[in-house]
Amino acid sequence: MFFASADRALASDGWNSCATAKRIGLAGLKCGARLLGLILLGGFLCATLVRSSPGYGVEEEELDSRLNAESVKALRDARSSEGSLAGFYVQYWKQMLHGDLGFSRSLQEPVGQLMRERAPGTFKSVGVGLVLGWALGLPLAIITVMGRSTAVDLGANLLASVTLCIPAGVMALLCVLWQVPGRLVLALVVFPKVFEYTRNLLLRSAAMPHVVTARAKGLGPLRILVWHVIPTAASPLLALGGISISVAFAAAIPVEVLCDVPGLGQLTWSAALSRDLNLLVLITLLISAITLLANSVAEMAGNREVTETA
Amino acid sequence: MKRVKVAALSFLVVVVLASALADLIAPSSYEHQFREMPNARCSSQHLLGTDALGRDRFSRLLFGTRVSLLLAPAAALVSAGLAGLIGGIAGYAGGGLQRIVMAGTDLCLSLPWMFLLLTIRAMLPLNTSPAISVAITFALLGCLGWAGAARVVCADAQKLKSAEFILQARATGCGGFRLFLQHFLPNLGPVLLAQFWISIPTFILAEANLGILGLGVSEPLPSWGGMLQELQSLTLVSARAWVYVPIILLVATVSCFHVMMQREEPWA
Repeated sequence: MFFASADRALASDGWNSCATAKRIGLAGLKCGARLLGLILLGGFLCATLVRSSPGYGVEEEELDSRLNAESVKALRDARSSEGSLAGFYVQYWKQMLHGDLGFSRSLQEPVGQLMRERAPGTFKSVGVGLVLGWALGLPLAIITVMGRSTAVDLGANLLASVTLCIPAGVMALLCVLWQVPGRLVLALVVFPKVFEYTRNLLLRSAAMPHVVTARAKGLGPLRILVWHVIPTAASPLLALGGISISVAFAAAIPVEVLCDVPGLGQLTWSAALSRDLNLLVLITLLISAITLLANSVAEMAGNREVTETA
Repeated sequence: MKRVKVAALSFLVVVVLASALADLIAPSSYEHQFREMPNARCSSQHLLGTDALGRDRFSRLLFGTRVSLLLAPAAALVSAGLAGLIGGIAGYAGGGLQRIVMAGTDLCLSLPWMFLLLTIRAMLPLNTSPAISVAITFALLGCLGWAGAARVVCADAQKLKSAEFILQARATGCGGFRLFLQHFLPNLGPVLLAQFWISIPTFILAEANLGILGLGVSEPLPSWGGMLQELQSLTLVSARAWVYVPIILLVATVSCFHVMMQREEPWA
């Protein structure tokens, strides 16, 4: 009898771990397919934009007044023999795969080098902003839900509403005016989204029957929070983590431009103003890949959480 | 809460009326230059002074409010319409189509929209007229903001699919496109309306951010975002407090929209 139930428990454990592995595997496949799709689509878009951008196919050599018409024609013929549209795409992909991301027309530097120089600054700003935003939003939401104090709720809501209603650009300008580090703006942009979403999630989670039962049984607030409220809200919170990365990157553009911080945001802005499409599309592709990866990882972690809770 | 909502609604009505009657209230046209008095201080002639080109700031604020408050709802309408169509069809069809559409929606949601917006904005021809640039800016906002709303609409459409009146309509022989158009879509109205209202403040803020960067509404047309560009001149800002008026109006308006949408959550 004992052995039979132990066998059943082992079989059930095995089935659970198999189901978890299957879910994670599926989520991983989904993530990989999405990333591959984005890179293929983005690469195709990059190549199309580069080919159709103004000035494509015209080299500086052609502007040399010492060359006669025949020489210019010979130069053009030599280039046209480089291949058709399909050939161009193949060539572009080959270069991309070898790490050659092309040349920035506006800044006269290789795109790869520009991105390598600017990316660390942006990643650091976004990282600091995310950590500060979550460090402010999550505890405040927990205190609001568990504390049940009208004053705290009102104060926290007011702070979140004010930060939600001010554009990131205005906050960046105020930072410059008051001589405060611009990275704080990223935290203030992330904070209201984290606070409001987490607060609503925790409120919904705290109203669930098993939490009410736990409270009725006399469990302490900390135990209720850690064992019953947070686990139910963990999966959507992880998803919010992924989305907040995208929010922080979007806010990095006005912050870097207005606070004069050299980073990818500032590079994107200057590329947009000078219509440097190759640079612009490649930065967008890089940021999209990062946010997509973060969202997929959050989704996979959320799936694992759900399976383990089940 | 009710009183706060009434106050917020009253404020919004006043702002909308002021912008609608801008032609009557504004002392001058938004593009008229008083060349003899650039960067003028507040006076009875120019309530908020003039900008660096000598244009009356109060008039520009009124006309800018009109542009922002007219086109943000227009973008929200585009966004809600797309969400209704895409999310509604996905929820109605279900199965593989729903999975594909929702995967696309997830992809759109995780993309950094600000980078995409700048990319598309940079592709516009240099000789685009201000009016067309306004329309394109808000149309882009509308086209990029559908994904979040589509998820909500799809979830609602799925619930609606098993509603009794839909089953009855199907049993009486109504199906396909007619069922979708006559019974399905009209019942998605409340959720679409909610998404429409939620999108308005988001688009106002997005335009403001684009405007500060100089990639929003083109000059000489005014908008809240364009007017905030003045704040980049620190010497002007520190000397004249009234250049903050557009920020105050923008924040107050967006706050009022948020107050109007807020639900009273019961304590757990």
